[in-house]
Amino acid sequence: MSVTVSERQAPSERQGVQPLVKLVGVKKYFPISRGIIFQKHVGDVHAVDGVDLEVYPGETLGLVGETGCGKSTLARVTMRLFDATGGSIFFEGRDITKLRGKDLRLIRRDMQMIFQDPYASLNPRKTVGTIIGAPYRLHKTIPRSKIKSEVQQLMELVGLNPEHYNRYPHEFSGGQRQRIGVARALALRPKLIVCDEPVSALDVSIQAQILNLLEDLQQEFNLTYLFIAHDLSVVKHVSDRVAVMYLGKIVEMASGDTLYMNPKHPYSGALLSAVPIADPDLAAQRKRIILEGDVPSPIDPPSGCRFHPRCPQSRAMSLAQGLGDQPHPRCTKEEPELTPQHPGQVAACHFPLPDRAVIAVDAG
Amino acid sequence: MPEPLLDVRDLRVHFPTDDGLVKAVDGVTFSIMPGETLGVVGESGSGKSVSFLTVMGLITARQAQIQGEVIFEGVDLVKLPKDEMRDVRGLKIGMVFQDPMTSLHPFYKVGDQIAEAILAHRKIGKKEAMDQAIDMLARVGIPRPDERARQYPHEFSGGMRQRAMIAMAVSLNPDLLIADEPTTALDVTVQAQILDLIDRLKQEFNAAVVIITHDLGVVAEHCDNIQVMYAGRAVEYGYARDIYYDADHPYTWGLLQSIARVDAPRTERLKPIKGLPPSLIFVPPGCPFHPRCPYVFDRCRTEVPQLLPVDGHHASACHLSLEDKERIFKEEVMVHQ
Repeated sequence: MSVTVSERQAPSERQGVQPLVKLVGVKKYFPISRGIIFQKHVGDVHAVDGVDLEVYPGETLGLVGETGCGKSTLARVTMRLFDATGGSIFFEGRDITKLRGKDLRLIRRDMQMIFQDPYASLNPRKTVGTIIGAPYRLHKTIPRSKIKSEVQQLMELVGLNPEHYNRYPHEFSGGQRQRIGVARALALRPKLIVCDEPVSALDVSIQAQILNLLEDLQQEFNLTYLFIAHDLSVVKHVSDRVAVMYLGKIVEMASGDTLYMNPKHPYSGALLSAVPIADPDLAAQRKRIILEGDVPSPIDPPSGCRFHPRCPQSRAMSLAQGLGDQPHPRCTKEEPELTPQHPGQVAACHFPLPDRAVIAVDAG
Repeated sequence: MPEPLLDVRDLRVHFPTDDGLVKAVDGVTFSIMPGETLGVVGESGSGKSVSFLTVMGLITARQAQIQGEVIFEGVDLVKLPKDEMRDVRGLKIGMVFQDPMTSLHPFYKVGDQIAEAILAHRKIGKKEAMDQAIDMLARVGIPRPDERARQYPHEFSGGMRQRAMIAMAVSLNPDLLIADEPTTALDVTVQAQILDLIDRLKQEFNAAVVIITHDLGVVAEHCDNIQVMYAGRAVEYGYARDIYYDADHPYTWGLLQSIARVDAPRTERLKPIKGLPPSLIFVPPGCPFHPRCPYVFDRCRTEVPQLLPVDGHHASACHLSLEDKERIFKEEVMVHQ
């Protein structure tokens, strides 16, 4: 399989197409304070630290990274559920960073969210009909008398039995609850749906059902997804483009296939080599890039490249240049920029991995 | 032939409830050899956890009707008195649970919790037990173990907590380690670390390991044998290679096809298993999988298929003929891999 820019990736390459969502230098810091009477500001959690991102209409952009890398925060900033500390958010070309009140509510019709935990994101005391109908009651897009029939249509659409309108969430299984979440997100016919780990709480057999449902709905309603997960195989399956995030920054972006064949950032390589493959031979053939330790604290992120304390590539380069078994000085001092690699691929690394660094064989 | 370490024969665990009898485990037979790694795969409610909680003696006759035999090193654990079972649990069989966030006590220091397990079984001093606990933390790859032992669980990350749980489970050098979904709550990178750790400890301690999971991808590299469970029964058993390259049961095919594979091209559509797992109170007659099986025929609706050998080692419980199964696997399942 050669590295080509697939047809599905085309929207991002098209000139003159306006991105649906555009993030410019978005930052989100959470302040940490000490003291009981006098609250003293002692530092910040750098959850998202300067992210530029464009999501084009009709595409699925996957966002992948470990726990604590800021991917959920980025999603919530994009949705305006958190206020950004810095940078701007554009939706259909309009700056929505500072929108408030009525204007914000209007824009929310166009962006909805599906949450990770189908047990915690549905109110246990409301019936399914009430939950799915809530967006209609809030936004008053259709008359009250029509809400029930509309909700039942939605339930049918996502594969739920419309007769279960009056049931409570606990009467449904995990997969069915996630369908309720999808129906609710779909109610106002949004343009953008942010899916925050929509399948990681589900069994694999049920995951597949939900992923297929999301794909069908995208076709039918021309939806744009921002799809967040920590499992690269799920993200790759649904996404046109995949962005890899580490400690509040995007370190690599490419089409799923390019990322699979030729990851350039050592962190992407490590993620790829950790993904379970249901094929013992193929799994044994790939090279393992084992990461040591956990993600460092985002309160005081490492200098230079944020990945340098865990980066095996940086150490290898340093050894090769006779500088000892330590991270390469360039990585500890100089912060790498996102630079073009293969067509449609950017990575922020001083010493990118060679081609086929993880999967050596042809997957063809 | 060497004696199996654990020999489970026709185990049935039924829970009486107000709605009826929940047949969580309904006739499971398997054995584990010393030093073997067995993967147990199935959806939620397939009875995989309940089987091993029963082996551990954590589900007892007070909660459920238990039938069958669990022979561990020549002794039937089901019939063992409570105090003798306590000597087996922890000392001979260690267990790691799914959720590292809730299985450590939040009020006690991690080192003390591990030392407590050691003190319960060994006649040694507190100081010595603490030293052993610190040594165990070091062996599971926790940096600065003496400092870490004095910390509380909330100061540990998810992966670190799971390491501490594993340290506790292997601290008494058990012959069998049961890991119940050890990585489901963790990131993929940490998941790989934990599975490698289990592999390494298995070599070091020369223990047999059971890994329970719902994801066939997770256990591909780590298991000698795999047992696939559905609705409280074993539907397929074989060497790992048998399951991935020569699967014989439509349910196993479904599991293989549901996985979003990182090595598959982007355009490929997943093939989920349709429907939901059955209620364990009203298990469908005949083959329990028949309502969801795309290859169902008359016999499946009436007759329960037995787990029969396909060849010497590999066994499956399905009425389809061998030729049909081979053809379907080659033509419909393997093409996607």
